[in-house]
Amino acid sequence: MTQKLFGVTPSRRAVLQGAGAGLLTAGFAAPVWAQAAPVKLGFQLHRTGIGAAYGRWYERTAQAALKVVNDAGGINGRPVEIVFEDDGTDPKRGAEVVEKLVSQHNCDLIFGPLFSHVVIGSAPRAGELKVPYLVCSEGFHVAGGMLNRWTMQPGITDVRAQVSSMAPWVLANLGKKVTMVFPDYAFGHDHRDFFTAAVEAGGGEVVAQIAVPPTETSFTRYLPQIPQETEVLYHVMVGPAVLTFVKELGEFYGTGAKPQIFGFIDSLEAVDIASPGLEFLEGTHFWEGHCRGQQADASEHEIAYRAAVGVDANGASVSDAKDVSTYAHMFSVWETLHIIKAGMESAGYQGTADRQKFVEAVEAMTEMPESLAHVQGAKVFNGKTHQVFGHQFISKVEGGKLVKVHTTSIEDSIYPDAVDYTTQSF
Amino acid sequence: MTDGAKIWTLHLLVLAAVFVAQFLLPPYHATNLARIMVLAVFAMGYNIAFGYTGLLSLGHALFFAAGMYGMGLPVWHLGWLSLPALIAGLVAGGALAGVVGLLALRTAGVSFMIVTLMFAQAGYLTLLYLNTWTGGDEGFVVLSEARVLFGFDLATDTARFITAFTLFAAGLLACLLLVRSPFGRVMVAMRENEERSRMLGYDPFRIKLLALAVSGLYAGLAGAAYGMLFGYVGASFATIQYSILPMLYVLLGGAGTVLGPFLGALLMFYLIDITSNYTDAYLFVVGAALVGLVLFAPKGILGTLRERVWRWLP
Repeated sequence: MTQKLFGVTPSRRAVLQGAGAGLLTAGFAAPVWAQAAPVKLGFQLHRTGIGAAYGRWYERTAQAALKVVNDAGGINGRPVEIVFEDDGTDPKRGAEVVEKLVSQHNCDLIFGPLFSHVVIGSAPRAGELKVPYLVCSEGFHVAGGMLNRWTMQPGITDVRAQVSSMAPWVLANLGKKVTMVFPDYAFGHDHRDFFTAAVEAGGGEVVAQIAVPPTETSFTRYLPQIPQETEVLYHVMVGPAVLTFVKELGEFYGTGAKPQIFGFIDSLEAVDIASPGLEFLEGTHFWEGHCRGQQADASEHEIAYRAAVGVDANGASVSDAKDVSTYAHMFSVWETLHIIKAGMESAGYQGTADRQKFVEAVEAMTEMPESLAHVQGAKVFNGKTHQVFGHQFISKVEGGKLVKVHTTSIEDSIYPDAVDYTTQSF
Repeated sequence: MTDGAKIWTLHLLVLAAVFVAQFLLPPYHATNLARIMVLAVFAMGYNIAFGYTGLLSLGHALFFAAGMYGMGLPVWHLGWLSLPALIAGLVAGGALAGVVGLLALRTAGVSFMIVTLMFAQAGYLTLLYLNTWTGGDEGFVVLSEARVLFGFDLATDTARFITAFTLFAAGLLACLLLVRSPFGRVMVAMRENEERSRMLGYDPFRIKLLALAVSGLYAGLAGAAYGMLFGYVGASFATIQYSILPMLYVLLGGAGTVLGPFLGALLMFYLIDITSNYTDAYLFVVGAALVGLVLFAPKGILGTLRERVWRWLP
């Protein structure tokens, strides 16, 4: 008896031959994996909670990077697995997830968290368990010295470096008198403090700092506080009220004269820049950690990365044009996984007993040239502060798309070391 | 066996079982148990206010956070060591509960819930506003040098478990003594019929204020211990979620039972931990479980058990 498969009618002999060939092929392809236990990487994921929009894309990026790494032979000839655990974007649950990934799933290390409070809440437990904890958070808390030797940020430049490198271009091209609008909590305060310092160092002046309480859902009462003399309006808002803020900013200025507007794309991560109400953003500028729209000079690595993660040229999912990615941040997951591979191979990592060697191997890294492993661009890693420094991008909204107009230098982002983790014991 | 003997036997057996569990459980679950014991202390405090005295507060996150920051801020800014810092946290929780009680206890019922919720929200926003001193939404790490108590490093699993157990045991036994004391009876009288208690000569305001302050002491101690044992102090512990959680623990385990808060915290912790392995909607599962509980066992597990089997259960 034969069965009809996909419109053809194979004979029993053909089926057996096919099955035999399949087994044989599997036999050729599998010897490396068959010998070696997989490297298990724990991913602390913001699948639910306030970070869910980021978490969804972080997971996709991790899966794409995992496929690339495994297709290239895994790590030290071993296949790689990722165990995802949802932390609810909550620091208490985050610490529990660290525990679960290490003690229950026996992961070799942990990576992936973005939100600062989750990182700071989880890092102590990672340090106690002596497990490498590689964060994708862009917070200054790693390089600021608050954490421990097991916590590193090798995949994304921190906020202090980002805003410092941005300031010279803003002052030279948009104006010298800056008004800042930022959320009145730690993330916004990092922007306030470091950008103000960079502006003053560059000969500019911050004429007003408008702090918006985190519970605000409407911003109309804050916008009149923007001084008339303002030449550049610097805005950085996060959370669900972002869209309201940007729309109200548009309504406030209408079609009249407005200052140059410079924002952090955090305000519009996972939001379509062509959404109704955002028309006034035409001609304004944004910081981007990684250009959402595919640029004319995109490298082959960038194009390969975009295809692997499933993002179209506009920065949305290839399967749903309305599903806009968190492109400016999620590259950090891809790059961190490649750094894990490089670090483990450099350390000759065999198992959890080699965790310390892995940390030392990453600490020894310096130059990271642009490649498939570093798709966002070249970087320099500071092993003492456990922080990486890379190029940043300034884009202008033109025809509803973000078009890159400037790439900052790595040198502009570097600041004096605040800590030397290598002097701390394991 | 008299009821008193049964009560002490049961509670001491539970303590013995919890203590022994650290040697039998895998490390992951042993650390979880340490967390659960500290959260159970928080819930025991909530139970004193809600389960025994009938004060349905939605502001206990404020007292928990008061303990956490009462411990953490002196460590961070003044270099305090663990013992004085823990005591500072305990006192901060109790004192703040007393102050809030002075104002909030002028109301009752739904108004009391709203006023306590309002105070807690104000406390949370204050923590964010005073970012320079509190670390704002990010919080801060408790220095490892301060996490040493009587020579034991609280960052190690055994010392952490023993410390959590000591606090849990002390909290449980103190609660048992309290609810079986004349004052405990008066607390229950407030819950059952405040007007009749007043007619008998008791001052409801004073009794409720004292109960709320004791509840705040528990919450403060739990907050301080959580920060000290797990090395992190953050404003997320002051959010409404941490006012709701002890209420859920108490409702699940059995309001007005001494062991209920521990049982509720234990079950709720693992309900989240296990269901999150299978679905992203684990909080929906938790919600469904609670709806089922309210429909079929409104007095919680131990409350139902007391009603049907162990009538002597305190």
